[in-house]
Amino acid sequence: MASGKQEAAMAYWKENVRLLITLLIIWFVVSYGLGIILAPVLNNIVISGVPLGFWIAQQGAIYAFIALIFVYVFKMNALDRKYDVHEE
Amino acid sequence: MDLTLTTYLIVGATFALYIGIAIWAKAGSTGEFYVAGKGVNPVANGMATAADWMSAASFISMAGLIAFLGYDASVYLMGWTGGYVLLALLLAPYLRKFGKFTVPEFIGDRFYSKPARVIAVIALIVASVTYVIGQMKGIGVAFSRFLETSYEVGLFAGMAIVFFYAVIGGMKGITYTQIAQYCVMIFAYTVPAIFIALAITGNPIPQLGLFGSVGEGTYLLERLDNILVDLGFSQYTVMKGTTLNMFFLTMSLMIGTAGLPHVIIRFFTVPRVRDARLSAGWTLVFIAILYTTAPAVGAMSFYNLINTVQPGEIGAEEGNLAYENVPGWFSRWEETGLLGFDDKNGDGRIQYYNDDSEAFADTAAEYGWEGNELTVDRDIMVMANPEIAQLPAWVIALTVAGGLAAALSTAAGLLMAISSAVSHDLIKGVINPGISEKGELLAARVAMAGAVLVAGYLGLNPPGFAAQVVALAFGLAASSLFPVLMLGIFNRRMNSAGAMAGMLSGLGFTMIYVFVYKGWFFIPGTNMLPDTPEHWVMGIGPQSIGAVGAIINVVVATLVSRATAPPPKDIQELVESIRVPRAS
Repeated sequence: MASGKQEAAMAYWKENVRLLITLLIIWFVVSYGLGIILAPVLNNIVISGVPLGFWIAQQGAIYAFIALIFVYVFKMNALDRKYDVHEE
Repeated sequence: MDLTLTTYLIVGATFALYIGIAIWAKAGSTGEFYVAGKGVNPVANGMATAADWMSAASFISMAGLIAFLGYDASVYLMGWTGGYVLLALLLAPYLRKFGKFTVPEFIGDRFYSKPARVIAVIALIVASVTYVIGQMKGIGVAFSRFLETSYEVGLFAGMAIVFFYAVIGGMKGITYTQIAQYCVMIFAYTVPAIFIALAITGNPIPQLGLFGSVGEGTYLLERLDNILVDLGFSQYTVMKGTTLNMFFLTMSLMIGTAGLPHVIIRFFTVPRVRDARLSAGWTLVFIAILYTTAPAVGAMSFYNLINTVQPGEIGAEEGNLAYENVPGWFSRWEETGLLGFDDKNGDGRIQYYNDDSEAFADTAAEYGWEGNELTVDRDIMVMANPEIAQLPAWVIALTVAGGLAAALSTAAGLLMAISSAVSHDLIKGVINPGISEKGELLAARVAMAGAVLVAGYLGLNPPGFAAQVVALAFGLAASSLFPVLMLGIFNRRMNSAGAMAGMLSGLGFTMIYVFVYKGWFFIPGTNMLPDTPEHWVMGIGPQSIGAVGAIINVVVATLVSRATAPPPKDIQELVESIRVPRAS
């Protein structure tokens, strides 16, 4: 039984790490990719006087960060329950 | 009622509130003193963490920074928020599961090493003390400017109030006062922002006001870009620095934010692992309310300032405001010295333009301009806002209370991190492990009182290098603390030798790079290279180097740990256990 528990813990950790990597790739692409590296290109798209690259760097990225954390919270709660490691 | 009296009343009312909370939230045990008994609701903790994190710099200076730097200030907006994603995903839940009181304690236990714990204490104290100086100065300045006291009296008043609630209540008292302080500061920040957005763009929501127009179908940012170019500046919305430096600066700020101990310990106060995750999300929501408002305040107040001094056509004589016609707020801020006018060409009118631009020099000469005549301290962008928007005196008073709340809440959080490191890590952990619970609680209170006095002393006699050291504070947190915390959780094979080598190399590299440009130990004149972009290695400034230090830390730690024996079995089991919220 002990080895079964260990396997479950490994599987839980693997799924956790996979989720982290996915979310961190999005985190990186939004802030560094769109907000900095591609900002000059995106600035060609202008909405009501606001260039898109500028908007992502000063507003959009922050909204994306919030969304990322809440997606993480939601998914981890589900994962905790799936592997029966959730707190009451 | 006059402004000073109103300010006294409102600031006095907020201080009475903080004292009331302190008496109610007295700490009775070390658990309550260090981590508020681990009983703080995740939303409440999010609010407290937001106040803990947002300092006088965020409240007073950031909008002004955005106003004068435009797009380039995005590094602060993204850097100081994106770190919470790292904190939520990589540190907070696991450190909460570990379930102890301080950050050095985790490092000491995980790497089964007292020296590692002591190095962590030193990095924590240097980073936190640096920060505290700025908060203390902010408190003194706010008092002397708005309550007409001397700087020293203001500082003593601030020290007394922090002393009261931090020494009595510890983390419990600090948490509940921070919640009140968050409410004061966010109200004080958003009310003037709403009115200025309404006045300039006709839209009451500042975040949407950025998309607004300023009459005749011209959009706000478009108009700002054009007017700045016509005055010889760069456009507001485009990058002025280099992409590489922006990249590394943003990364250093993010990693540094996630590694700052006074923020991390706030996540020890919630009841469960899932609460730590959720709390990080709420923290960012509460921070974002201010951080997404700041770009609107920056752009709008800057536009308003330029429009005030340059109401007409650029180049035409009557296009510039005559000094005799300046609005009331202009004269009042002139008295404080934060706004200055020097009539260089003697025409009695105010010219604001970029006199550093060689390309623009001929045009300026053609206009009969003989140099920029307006100097603006960026801090007034927030503080003068209520007056510019013609709001009543109580709103101005509220802004003062908001600035004080921001400085006090951050100072208290930092003092908590310092005092717990001293009493729990040094006294109980290293010097006298047999100390009783009661003895440790007393030691914690004495350490807190000592930390308040040291911070006050440094506030009264700020070292000349205080401003430069802030760059180092983030560098230290980024290059030493964050990487070893992360490796301690995600790399089971990481051992004591690896962590020590990693911390020392990351720390050493970052400090040397900073010292080369800022002077050895910040002694003026001892810098080996001038601190200008053309002398930076690959254009990466000393402020941005923490991220490189973090990478060096990770690489060195990994290599050394591979070459040495794996950690003992019980440590590997510890790592296994912190990875899972509840043992099944």
